Amino acid sequence: MTDDARSTRGTQDTQDAQNTQDTENTRGAQDAQDAPSPSRRLLLGWGGAGLALGAVAAGGAVAAVRDGDSTAPAADSGAAVPFHGTHQAGIATAVQDRLHFAAFDVTTGDRAELARLLKDWTRAAERMTAGHAVGEGAYGGLPEAPPDDTGEALGLKPSRLTLTIGFGPSLFAEDRFGLAERRPAALVELPKFPGDNLDPARGGGDLCVQACADDPQVAVHAIRNLARIGFGKVAVRWSQLGFGKTSSTTPHAQTPRNLFGFKDGTSNVDGTDTAALDEHVWVPEKTGPAWLAGGSYLVARRISMRIESWDRTSLQEQEDVFGRDKGEGAAVGRAREHDKPNLKAMLPTSHVRLAHPDSHHGVRMLRRGYSFTDGTDGLGRLDAGLFFLAYQRDVRDAFIPVQRSLARSDALNEYIQHVGSAVFAIPPGVRDKDDWWGRALIS
Amino acid sequence: MRPVRLSVVTAATAVAALTAVTGCAEKSDAKAGDGAVQVTAKDDACELSRNEFPAGHVELAVENKGSKVTEVYVLFPDDRIVTERENIGPGTKATVTAEVKAGSYEIVCKPGMKGDGIRQKVTVTGGTAVKRSPEMDAAVAGYRKYVQAQADETLPKVKVFTDAVRAGDLEAAKKAYAPSRIGWERTEPVAESFGDIDPKVDVRADGLESGQEWTGWHRLEKALWADKKLGPETTALADTLDKDLADWQKRVGKAEITPTSMANGAKELLDEVAAGKVTGEEERYSHTDLVDFKANVEGAQQSYELLKPVASKNDPALVTELDKQFSALSALLDKYRDAPDSYEFTSYEKVGKAQRKELSDGVNALAEPLSKLAAAVVK
Repeated sequence: MTDDARSTRGTQDTQDAQNTQDTENTRGAQDAQDAPSPSRRLLLGWGGAGLALGAVAAGGAVAAVRDGDSTAPAADSGAAVPFHGTHQAGIATAVQDRLHFAAFDVTTGDRAELARLLKDWTRAAERMTAGHAVGEGAYGGLPEAPPDDTGEALGLKPSRLTLTIGFGPSLFAEDRFGLAERRPAALVELPKFPGDNLDPARGGGDLCVQACADDPQVAVHAIRNLARIGFGKVAVRWSQLGFGKTSSTTPHAQTPRNLFGFKDGTSNVDGTDTAALDEHVWVPEKTGPAWLAGGSYLVARRISMRIESWDRTSLQEQEDVFGRDKGEGAAVGRAREHDKPNLKAMLPTSHVRLAHPDSHHGVRMLRRGYSFTDGTDGLGRLDAGLFFLAYQRDVRDAFIPVQRSLARSDALNEYIQHVGSAVFAIPPGVRDKDDWWGRALIS
Repeated sequence: MRPVRLSVVTAATAVAALTAVTGCAEKSDAKAGDGAVQVTAKDDACELSRNEFPAGHVELAVENKGSKVTEVYVLFPDDRIVTERENIGPGTKATVTAEVKAGSYEIVCKPGMKGDGIRQKVTVTGGTAVKRSPEMDAAVAGYRKYVQAQADETLPKVKVFTDAVRAGDLEAAKKAYAPSRIGWERTEPVAESFGDIDPKVDVRADGLESGQEWTGWHRLEKALWADKKLGPETTALADTLDKDLADWQKRVGKAEITPTSMANGAKELLDEVAAGKVTGEEERYSHTDLVDFKANVEGAQQSYELLKPVASKNDPALVTELDKQFSALSALLDKYRDAPDSYEFTSYEKVGKAQRKELSDGVNALAEPLSKLAAAVVK
């Protein structure tokens, strides 16, 4: 699944959004994260960086340079995204350029130890997202001891790093941590879809952490240090690097392209559209369970692309497969990318038609997937594809029916294969310095 | 096999800068200098003319009045050798000299050249004595004893192996191969600190430098499992292995060992497991990787247990975690063991991908807290 073409905004709306993007983005993020943010004047006061920041950084608040201690705030475009808030950052946040996603198995059987790890992770995440080194830093400590922080992010900007945690179905299994009764009804194992060729070593996991940042080294540093803190309590089960965003949560910005060369995420859920987020992404209090209110569900799929075959496909067929034109990204029979598509004009097997909300009772997901390339496959072909990430209120109403339809009929299936799969419940945000990831669930 | 371990070598300066010069064995009528300390070695006694002497040049005039061949040592409180003299026959005399700094030492006579010997405490006066911690000295002395015992116990096992190679008995040699390596694997960081022995006995084909001749265990491992052929060449290799390991046994007692190098050595043993054993690279022909794995973990645990009294005062939480992770990894390894206490382990070929991942997770779980042991010992 890549994208649909539901356009809820006209060109005029988009223009308006661009005119006010600094304040819109900042305010939106502030609402979403419950965190202070700099005034527009301050943003502009950063000079050339101000515009760039406004364009990319929803939630841009305090920037700091990593220096091994906690005292060097600096203002520039590698801003920090506030960690604390009602919802976790890294969902509605404007999509960053890079991803390191890791799934973990919990190896301890002790619930108290799991809780301690989640606290330790939370404190480390607070520091890293603010642009600081973890623990006592990367240097200057006892010469006999390995430093707390691994050091490769020293001197780098916070780079809008967000760290987002999730809990997989296996964490709630009977006889593990006594969490079976707290398992949300919506946290179901995904069914097997036709064409799936899933590698168990690339799927599942008790926990996940999504690290997104504009600098790849900052994202990798974050996962590496969390894994290190976790040794003995958790073990990395699988992880995935992503190098290019394939979706945008800022519809007025340039829509990114996937590795098939097509625009993706044209009408993704807007990260500042609180009504749409409430309707499609956040789990409402009344739905329950209580610990998940303000959280979400995440589906992660590693989708391998048959790059070379695709590249030998005629332009006409490529456009028919997607239901869009390649240059502009407009739906069949339309002139502009954001023009409302006429689904009936598309082939019944076209990707956009099958994935479109109108084909699924208006259900939407917030997608923030990334392109990946893990080198070549040993046969001289790119080992590449889309690491699909979609946040939603209930997978039973969203991903599962949409994917069922795609798996059955999508013309794109000739060029893709789903090879990894995982689903997670995403708890709400960490409120403050005393709160921690999963407190309401575990404690 | 890895390059020289700096952590062990550089620790040398931590103890005391000192040069030791061993004198020559002399005829009974040889005369020692007037200032010499007279050492009278008997079968059941080690008598000294003085228990205190000034720092600087010291000379021991040794006379063996016993019926057995003896050795005389001057030892630091952690049992590191200041100087030594071996093979002093009954009725003969020898002179031993050394430069010593102020502090406490022991002079040891070893009738029959076995065991802990008969010990006399001596004090060297004048100058500033090096400040020592009895706990640390006990830990280092304990480890030194362990390392020596491993070498002493290994040599006969190596001989079983090399004898089988020389006899051309392929099956007997295969059987004796892994057991002959256990003592070495348990104490590898110390052996590697010498720099020259490890490349001769434990190098793998990919670790050879250009022009370097391939000798040692792994060369024979290839002959046994891959080439399946023994002959004059392997006989020569077996002889060389015996000789190189005899050199190791002789020198191991003089290795520079400190509490820090012990802690780092423990961590390095886990690094060895992570780099060579979990991947199956170490024993690529025999697939006896789990025997080495077990020995590495046992050696690391020995260092840890000896340092525990110090570490538990400074960082009790770390000690709790290490106890837990050592026993978890041992329990995991036991799943691949034929019987408790047996050193017959499942061939690593038969250990699947998921099981290797589980073993690797266990190594990570132990190695991470183990990397903090050195700091817990010194702080």
